[in-house]
Amino acid sequence: MTSLHSSRQATPRSASPRWRQAMPVNPRSLALLVALLALILFNVAITPNFLEWQTLSVNVSQVSTIAIVAIGMTLVIATGGIDLSVGAVMALAGALAPLIFLSEFGQQAPLAMTLVAIVVALAVAVACGLFNGVLVSRFGVQPIIATLVLFISGRGLAQVLTNGNLQTFDNPAFEFLGAGRLLGLPFQGWLVVVIALVVAWVIARTRYGRYLLATGGNPQAARMAGVPVTRVKLAAYTSCALLAGLAGLITVAINSASDAAKNGNLMELDAIAAAVVGGALLKGGKAPIAGVILGAAIIQLVRYTLLANGVADEVALVVKAAIIVLAVYLQTPRGAH
Amino acid sequence: MTALIDMRDIHKRFGGTVALDGASLTIAPGEVHALIGQNGAGKSTLIKVLTGVYTPTSGQILLDGEPVAFSGPRRAQQAGVATIYQELNLVPLRSVTENMMMGFEPLHWWGGIDWPQAHRRARTVFEELGLDIDVRRPLSEYSTAIQQLVAIGRAVSQQVRLVIMDEPTSSLDEREVQRLFEVIRLLKSQGTSVLFVSHFLEELYAVCDCATIMRNGATVEQRTLSETPRLELVASMLGRKTSDIQASGTTSFREMELDTDETLLEVESLATDKGLRGASLEVHQGEMVGLGGLLGAGRSELARALFGLDRSTRGSMRLAGQRYAPRHSRDAIAAGVALLSEDRKVEGIIPEMSVRENMTLPLLGTLSRRGVIQRRRERELAAHFIEALKIKTASMEQPIGQLSGGNQQKVLLARWLATQPRLLILDEPTRGVDIGAKREIQRIVQDYQAQGGAVLMISSEFEELAEGAQRVVIMHEGHSTRVLDNPGLSEDALVTAIATAQHDRADGAARDDERSPATATDHQETAP
Repeated sequence: MTSLHSSRQATPRSASPRWRQAMPVNPRSLALLVALLALILFNVAITPNFLEWQTLSVNVSQVSTIAIVAIGMTLVIATGGIDLSVGAVMALAGALAPLIFLSEFGQQAPLAMTLVAIVVALAVAVACGLFNGVLVSRFGVQPIIATLVLFISGRGLAQVLTNGNLQTFDNPAFEFLGAGRLLGLPFQGWLVVVIALVVAWVIARTRYGRYLLATGGNPQAARMAGVPVTRVKLAAYTSCALLAGLAGLITVAINSASDAAKNGNLMELDAIAAAVVGGALLKGGKAPIAGVILGAAIIQLVRYTLLANGVADEVALVVKAAIIVLAVYLQTPRGAH
Repeated sequence: MTALIDMRDIHKRFGGTVALDGASLTIAPGEVHALIGQNGAGKSTLIKVLTGVYTPTSGQILLDGEPVAFSGPRRAQQAGVATIYQELNLVPLRSVTENMMMGFEPLHWWGGIDWPQAHRRARTVFEELGLDIDVRRPLSEYSTAIQQLVAIGRAVSQQVRLVIMDEPTSSLDEREVQRLFEVIRLLKSQGTSVLFVSHFLEELYAVCDCATIMRNGATVEQRTLSETPRLELVASMLGRKTSDIQASGTTSFREMELDTDETLLEVESLATDKGLRGASLEVHQGEMVGLGGLLGAGRSELARALFGLDRSTRGSMRLAGQRYAPRHSRDAIAAGVALLSEDRKVEGIIPEMSVRENMTLPLLGTLSRRGVIQRRRERELAAHFIEALKIKTASMEQPIGQLSGGNQQKVLLARWLATQPRLLILDEPTRGVDIGAKREIQRIVQDYQAQGGAVLMISSEFEELAEGAQRVVIMHEGHSTRVLDNPGLSEDALVTAIATAQHDRADGAARDDERSPATATDHQETAP
């Protein structure tokens, strides 16, 4: 049943020839879909209680944050960059929101202040993205170094803000982000669907999408053709940080608690892995959103499969690494076409 | 005598596309052999089949009369077939010796590299090639020409019997080409065969013994060059009769009588800190102005400044009477200026994007409404230009990287024509494209001019300038030095003008500014 959820998102690229007439069926998305189906069948056969609504809910709820961050990461990777700061931005946004709605003002007008908390947290995330983007596009700092700044300091800042304490709260309106349900499925799952469809549409149909892929495909040629390369990159890093901030809020809402030390920890790796497995090229120029969602789903399901069958989390990490290696191998051009 | 290489009836299919359809190639020992044909004729594929990059679908390859099938370039190399590709496969930051010996280093008994011996061997090879360089320095410190000679040296050091050179001269200047030819003659005298691919006929006649002509994936014929008039060679390549070509004329940029006096572009004493020191010129509507000069004379630098890529530090530009000071290429495009850059791969194409997407990139602003691309209009535009410019592509959705060089260039030309520019700057527009495509590109530019468009053209082919341009501005060391008018413009006059520019410069660099009308105002401007 998990397949239903994922295959629906695959439609923009793999099933509808109108989106990409050059590739009626994208072989990569198809391969990913087959891999996902194989995983599901494998689980149906051996994992106890796999075919239950509960299992689907748990998986959707857990894959959502990875998927949301991975979509943003894909935009940055499409420009030929990388964003290591997404986990730290999650922690920062996740720490800020409870601080605001738990404050004295927050207690006086809970609903309004919850809204303010979300907006402020996301605005700070956007500011982080602008910081990354300006370093990369204006000052020409290597993306991996530029985003390392916030990777280190962002989480530190979040811990300073919360004095390193776990912030627990009881705020039903806010918790809807992580625990709410629509048509029986977690709210954040639907959020992923909406975000993926919007971003895929932007990439396929808008001027910005074309500029984004041109920038990653050959930055010098793009600039010569009048593409505003600086602004395109800035927008990619900003969108990535915004999505990371949103994922940070969701994680906090799921747990009804904010832990600045743990929120989004190692998320950058999961997001990059999902993007690479999904077919994003690290040299830029590709943004296969459907593939990336499938990639996130596969990574999540592999982890779930191992955990549900009593394999330790540490081993699951090794398997995850193996999947990434395989994906990179498939991506490497070999010999003649 | 047994041929060194004998390729017989080679066929190669990629899925449904036929790349080679009965190609053959026979090279005798010690022979310099030219492989010619239009872009897409199958030259590169044939070479890749020979060197084991591709496996032929059918056909036979004989080396010294024995059938061979190389499983890859390394195997071919071991058998004595080495390739110098268009893009050099060298490591810029490592030393000359390392680049030369990589994969074939002399080893100590314990497996370490014997550096003294490696350097010694490298030096010996270069001495033979008549090249005196420090083999311990990183390769990147040397010019493209020397890097190319290093690649050749690498091939030679491994006892090769055939060196394949794919467009070796495309990035060399005149003197470097001559040096390359000396090396080729040296190789020949040592009994090594050379397979030479080039679009420049002069070069073929200068250095090659015979030529294999390919068309549409098949070998048309093999000719001894000393017995073949140029026209016949071209006719054979294009698959036409010599009489047809004579009738249509080999001169393609025709002279045009224009009585328009409307000045479109005025440039005065323009300088940048990227090698442009003081250039002045005027371009009128419907006119083609050529820029002549040697490599490094500042022609491309002037183009970059006009297109807003390099900021001007001095001087002024006016476009249609308005002050014009572009700060980005976007400003230039908005003002109606287009630049077809010299370096198609680095500054032109986005290889994995489709022909359509490459073509419409600068036009997306007008092709979209509220940021959403109007796909029907986009497709119509792409279809129109593919037809009008006779671009050979499977469909508008084919990635541009898969097209031949000439067709890529046509797509880029379409990209700029689609913006309906007032001024089209062409930097070596026909370099590296075959004769057929070259002529079509010239015709397209002519049509654009006929509709009132102005062209500023940089070309290293004097013939192209002499025939097409109404005026040619000669540049030298970043200055515009003099203007030659057409009619009365001949290749000889151009060469003389460029040569004397050089001469004058050697006389006294200090007087340079006074001589050139371009820089007459320099003295006032540099005064403060």
